[in-house]
Amino acid sequence: MDLFLQQTTNALALGGTYALLALGLAVVFSIMGLINFAHGELMTISGYTLMYAGAAGLPFAVSVPLAILAAMVAAVAMERIAFRPVRNGSGATMLITSFAVAMILQVLFQNLISARSQAVLLPAILSESVHVGGLIIGVNKIVAIAATVVMLIFLDQFMSKQKTGIAMRAAAEDFAVARLMGIRANTVIAGAFALSGLLAGVAAVLWVSQRASVDPLMGFTPVLKAFIAAILGGLGSLRGAVAGGFALGFIEVYLAAFLPQHMQEFRDPIGLSIVVLILLVRPNGLVPSRVLGAIKV
Amino acid sequence: MPLLSVSGLQVRYGAVEAVRGVDFEINEGEIVTLLGANGAGKSSTLNALVGLVPVAGGRVVFDGEDITDHAPERLAPMGMTLSPEGRRVFGTLTVEENLRMGAYGITDKAAISAAWERVFDLFPILHERRAQFAGTLSGGQQQMLAVGRALMSGPRLLLLDEPSLGLAPKIVEQVFDLIALLRDQGVTLVVVEQNVGMALEVADRGYVLSGGEITTRGTARELAEAGDLQAAYLGAD
Repeated sequence: MDLFLQQTTNALALGGTYALLALGLAVVFSIMGLINFAHGELMTISGYTLMYAGAAGLPFAVSVPLAILAAMVAAVAMERIAFRPVRNGSGATMLITSFAVAMILQVLFQNLISARSQAVLLPAILSESVHVGGLIIGVNKIVAIAATVVMLIFLDQFMSKQKTGIAMRAAAEDFAVARLMGIRANTVIAGAFALSGLLAGVAAVLWVSQRASVDPLMGFTPVLKAFIAAILGGLGSLRGAVAGGFALGFIEVYLAAFLPQHMQEFRDPIGLSIVVLILLVRPNGLVPSRVLGAIKV
Repeated sequence: MPLLSVSGLQVRYGAVEAVRGVDFEINEGEIVTLLGANGAGKSSTLNALVGLVPVAGGRVVFDGEDITDHAPERLAPMGMTLSPEGRRVFGTLTVEENLRMGAYGITDKAAISAAWERVFDLFPILHERRAQFAGTLSGGQQQMLAVGRALMSGPRLLLLDEPSLGLAPKIVEQVFDLIALLRDQGVTLVVVEQNVGMALEVADRGYVLSGGEITTRGTARELAEAGDLQAAYLGAD
């Protein structure tokens, strides 16, 4: 039982990080129909910022906001430079553009920083553990869960209370009519990217704080997982992204913990098979998008 | 000076010419109806006026300003807005959020609170249902919301695209009563309709479109007296 609870905590921490990343993908996808594969590179940018800020001797409390801000600025710049010119292109055009952006950034990281993994200085407390009712929980896991909860509450409030957030939901449902209301296309799209950058930045800090290192391809795996999570949850649906992120986190962690030793090498295929099975039963995902297929101009 | 003047307006979808050089004028305080069969170019004309489809040729002047190539988001703050065909309320937003979005481009706080009052005054049902998702409203209520949302920006010129489409006859009558009421409140209206009889009853003037061109124009009475209008231009029901 203790082992189970222990692993559940791990699953919440990992699933929360996936959820934040999947949300970042979903926010952009719901508004402009773009699956941004360069989302992972936003994480990497955040990771390097954390590394350089740490190396420069800045306190962690300063480097974390800096790292998150870097991802937001990078996301907005990405939209302005790479995606705005192809905004009216097909989904395929935008997808290929996002691959190009991802690869260009990876090569830049490899050549300008280092192809190898770099250590990131973290406060010692993150690698400590606390005892909670017989469980030993890493502080970094607690931080990850708490940060996820805070971000989800923030996002929910932003989307339901703030004028810009409501406008983003309106634009996701019917972009043309949203523009008729005076909602500027550039504002909501830039807003969506800033939000996705914020989510990627927070996810990156959580990701790095479990690993204490950053490398040029750091963002690839988590964002691939987040993509799976977004599909599992229902592409374009924000609640779906959260559900899918946690579901994937639970699947991965439980398989790693409870699959018999001799089957561990098949862990990933088994995990993905579970995802496929869920999608067979719910082809539109766990929480389908209510507006998918809405007219976009 | 007319409030809106359109000259030589053209709209193309690829090789298809949907609107071929249309000229018309709307004066302040009028209700003008655009009539015509499906595919005559009525909706294309309205969509081109607000920038939802690109203008291929011609000129659109609103209140003395050339708005031919204005992006849609610039028009609501200028005082011109469209309530699109099929209502297109934001179904996943609440009634209140829909209305809030209607005033998105408006910065004058006093004007916004006056607009809330006016819309809830016109449509008490929207006040009652304000916390409900717009997608759960009936067709007639959605039409009220679509018009209410458009009114939130305090338009001087309101374009209504097929406001009676798909509504029960009793509700259709309410919609046309509302159109007359809005005119009395000082709103200038352009109404695209397939319900010719009702449209001519409420309108001051009308234009008949066919094949992307204006084939007949006149006062509502002249058009109504032309009698065979329905058969000649619109394809009899």
